[in-house]
Amino acid sequence: MFRNQYDTDVTTWSPTGRLFQVEYAMEAVKQGSAAIGLRSRSHVVLASVNKAQSELSSHQRKIFKVDDHIGVAIAGLTADGRVLSRYMRSESINHSFTYESPLPVGRLVVRLADKAQVCTQRSWKRPYGVGLLVGGLDESGAHLYYNCPSGNYFEYQAFAIGSRSQAAKTYLERRFESFNESSREDLIKDAILAIRETLQGETLKSSLCTVSVLGVDEPFHFLDQESIQKVIDTFEKVPEEEEDGGEAEAEAAAAPAEQGGAGDQDVAPMEM
Amino acid sequence: MTFTIPIDNGDSVKNAEADSQRTLYPYVTGTSIVAIKYKDGVLMASDMGGSYGSTLRYKNIERMKAIGKHSLLGASGEISDFQEILRYLDELVLNDNMWDDGNSLGPKEVHNYLTRVMYNRRNKFNPLWNTLVLGGVKNGESYLGMVSMIGVSFEDNHVATGFGNHLARPILRDEWHADLSFEDGVKLLEKCMRVLLYRDRSAINKLQIAKITEEGVTVSQPYSLKTFWEFKAFNNPTAGAEGSW
Repeated sequence: MFRNQYDTDVTTWSPTGRLFQVEYAMEAVKQGSAAIGLRSRSHVVLASVNKAQSELSSHQRKIFKVDDHIGVAIAGLTADGRVLSRYMRSESINHSFTYESPLPVGRLVVRLADKAQVCTQRSWKRPYGVGLLVGGLDESGAHLYYNCPSGNYFEYQAFAIGSRSQAAKTYLERRFESFNESSREDLIKDAILAIRETLQGETLKSSLCTVSVLGVDEPFHFLDQESIQKVIDTFEKVPEEEEDGGEAEAEAAAAPAEQGGAGDQDVAPMEM
Repeated sequence: MTFTIPIDNGDSVKNAEADSQRTLYPYVTGTSIVAIKYKDGVLMASDMGGSYGSTLRYKNIERMKAIGKHSLLGASGEISDFQEILRYLDELVLNDNMWDDGNSLGPKEVHNYLTRVMYNRRNKFNPLWNTLVLGGVKNGESYLGMVSMIGVSFEDNHVATGFGNHLARPILRDEWHADLSFEDGVKLLEKCMRVLLYRDRSAINKLQIAKITEEGVTVSQPYSLKTFWEFKAFNNPTAGAEGSW
């Protein structure tokens, strides 16, 4: 995208019918570190890559619990994401208080989208620079939505946003048709494998990713590092190996943990 | 920077003029509602009377109404406040339908919404002078609850308002059991309504029974109960105590 004379104001249309400021806001989403969401009929998994500013600092939190039945993963301007998460928590808790009942995700997502739209139509505001993957449960089952800075929202079976998300999307495109019927464990494994795709060769360690799950009878919560490492160990026997290792392990939910199994050549992945 | 103190007429506790804006006492009132859970859902009974103080003035008031697809609301107390509540609920159901997204308000949500409304009004010293009974069925689960004018709210297998609490509930405590058939449920409610008819002076002999199941709400046509006034004791009631009545 190049600078042009129609991109200064969010309230200025280009002659070709584009709002450049809104499009630039969507660029900000692509700069953030990757976040991934996938869902089955009964569960939603949200995962993100832990990127730290420097070796000295801790990584930024990109996944937030909105309620027991809703979680959100963000990519882009984390500060904007935090503010919107607070809004979502507020809406959810107000609904729960008045109706003693969980807020349907679909309705929360529309309110969020309407809030984002306002910022695309006021000259004194700017669009939120964050993309949100909202996963949640309502009467009609599990849902995964993506909310953009433009005020649009879409429902997905699986999606990835942020930098190098295209690699994850390609992986998900190959597998998404089976997700609806996936078990909880398989869904988690696919999420971690998708995260691995975005790392482009870097060794996958549990410290590099955050994974969260929610489902029917399972309130939103984060997986601890140990559980994530266990899943990684089921396919990360030989790190250079492609996902053949992952595909052969379809049944091995929690294989015995082998810390630092990176260089282990003894057990060929196919034999599990 | 100028600072003006707003003139607020809303403080109904201290301001006499604002008093005309709030409910002080009820005028046209409905008497008891009795409701029970049964095998397929909930049964509710009420008479069709609206009293104006001690006068039995209105004889065709429907005090039970369907709310959305899954709920049935019965009210005793001030009839105009009941109508106001129906307007609130109308708006609620309308907005719920406008979402058009496969989610719908169940009886639990309506009950809690009403609890919030009643309690908030009570806090402003401007109550809606009703005791409400909310029954419904959603996804196979029956729900029956009550909210009073001060916001006291609870659920139970059988509820009643006003005189019903004193005359009907004891009967229900003895004779209600889970999985009553429709016929047994109606018989039980009629037993309660008959006692109320004999003993509650604001009750009239014209009642309706409403039923809510997974399929929806049906309110019966109004009918009367058979009564018997030839008890010996009524023939000469003061026989035992001359001068009394």
